[in-house]
Amino acid sequence: MKELNTYKCRMISEGKAEGEVIISEDAICFYLVEPETGIVVEKNHSLKGKSIADKVLIMPSGKGSSVVQADGLYKLAKHNNAPKAMIIEYPDPVLVSSAIVLEVPLVDRVEPGFYENIKDGDLVKVDADNELLAKL
Amino acid sequence: MQLTALERDMLDGKYGEGVALAMKIQVGVGRAFDATKMAPITRAHVALSAQDADLWFVETLLNKGARCVISPTVNPSIDIHYLNEHLFDVPQAGIDIVSATNEAYKKIGATLTFNCTPYLQQNVPSFGEVVAFSESSATPYVNSVIGARSNRESSQSALCAAVTGRVPEYGLLLDENRKGEILVEVKADVKDDFDYQLLGWCYPLKYKGLEIPVFEGIKERPTPEGFMNFGAQLNTSGAVSMYHIVGITPEAPTLEEAFGGNKVKERITITNKDLDMVRESICGEPGKIDFAMFGCPHLTLSQVATIAKILDGKKLAVDLWVLTSSLTKELAGRMGYLQIIQRAGGHIIADTCIDVPPCWQPYYGKTGITDSPKCAYYNEIRNIKFIIRPLEECIEAAIKGEVSR
Repeated sequence: MKELNTYKCRMISEGKAEGEVIISEDAICFYLVEPETGIVVEKNHSLKGKSIADKVLIMPSGKGSSVVQADGLYKLAKHNNAPKAMIIEYPDPVLVSSAIVLEVPLVDRVEPGFYENIKDGDLVKVDADNELLAKL
Repeated sequence: MQLTALERDMLDGKYGEGVALAMKIQVGVGRAFDATKMAPITRAHVALSAQDADLWFVETLLNKGARCVISPTVNPSIDIHYLNEHLFDVPQAGIDIVSATNEAYKKIGATLTFNCTPYLQQNVPSFGEVVAFSESSATPYVNSVIGARSNRESSQSALCAAVTGRVPEYGLLLDENRKGEILVEVKADVKDDFDYQLLGWCYPLKYKGLEIPVFEGIKERPTPEGFMNFGAQLNTSGAVSMYHIVGITPEAPTLEEAFGGNKVKERITITNKDLDMVRESICGEPGKIDFAMFGCPHLTLSQVATIAKILDGKKLAVDLWVLTSSLTKELAGRMGYLQIIQRAGGHIIADTCIDVPPCWQPYYGKTGITDSPKCAYYNEIRNIKFIIRPLEECIEAAIKGEVSR
């Protein structure tokens, strides 16, 4: 019997984190997020003006060349404004290597039902090591 | 993933923390793409960028004791000495990060080629060879034109591959993933190297997916420069790591073989009208220019010769920069092209990229001319506007100081 509000997922980058959810409709390029605040500054982005700092970031995928993507996430991490964890649908080598290097837990292939049951501001625990997500 | 005993030992730290970190990243990438094992590589190319994360990452591996078992070639950095002498005092912060980056790559065991066209010189794979190449013009070239096998590596994952000597086996390393799915009927006239810039920029505007496109209707074999331009733009305007040209590229002797039994998922047609549309949207109106810049990707000796031929005995009205490899610059000197360009008032600078801040600061806010849409695109963020024209027209414009048509 499945525990209420827990969902299986697949670990890509290890670690555990708990935090408030922010959902992005669009792929994110971390180069276009302000390192000092964690606020998305990309034109026409669904999260423009919102901060991803310390959040559990749910997004379809990353985007951008390896140079700019890694540099963006690195600068956020140095300012302590990186997301606490990331939940994605489509991995790419750039995002995967950046997340592992910067020790940000990253999971994908989340069990059906999770996305319907989650909204901005919910508290979520990401346990990449045990491949589990829990809505708190 | 099934790891060999050696790979398991690498991951467990028996070869040091640096190797373990590199292997951990690669196993993570492999897991993300359902790789079942690792494959050995014989070459690597790393898109060094001399930006904060690049330096931090190579130093992290280095300080944990990692060294490359496959010495990778690397992307351009900046020839600070040349810029100081001929353009401006490069800010100290720029000098510091570039020097530290170069030093770290040297220590980890990279070959300091500082060139973004390794597939034309210094690091040329052969058909079927498994390699780890990052750099947007390099990945499509080695896969499509040569028939070597590389995934679209990030600069970090390519450096990890150089350290462990292997890559996770997925994607373009496997036969079944190298076949076409999108049929592109080229009805436009594609005659010269510049037409390949436009065609390369055009396709991703017409189809966004990541499936492999098969171009049909190109009659003549592109020059190496045509192929270079084509891949660079395909992978900047979009994310195309491999394509086929029927009857021309090695894995596409026929349409059937290019598709290898795959269904045609989508049929795209590219006409002269499409290329005109690209020209109108990105090439810019005639007008005054402040400088000219070429070498994204680095120019070949034959392109340098073209420039020298037009400049012979002339004087330039604006600054002109030709970016190329140290090897090509050396050959240009031997052939007399360097002297012709210098007498006209132009520069050939080796080892340098159009996109390493802050090396082109004096041109921020100005208007330049280039033959490369990729060069124009990456400089938008620094508020440098570029008019785009075929190489020969660019040189004529630099002599006059304006683009007349």
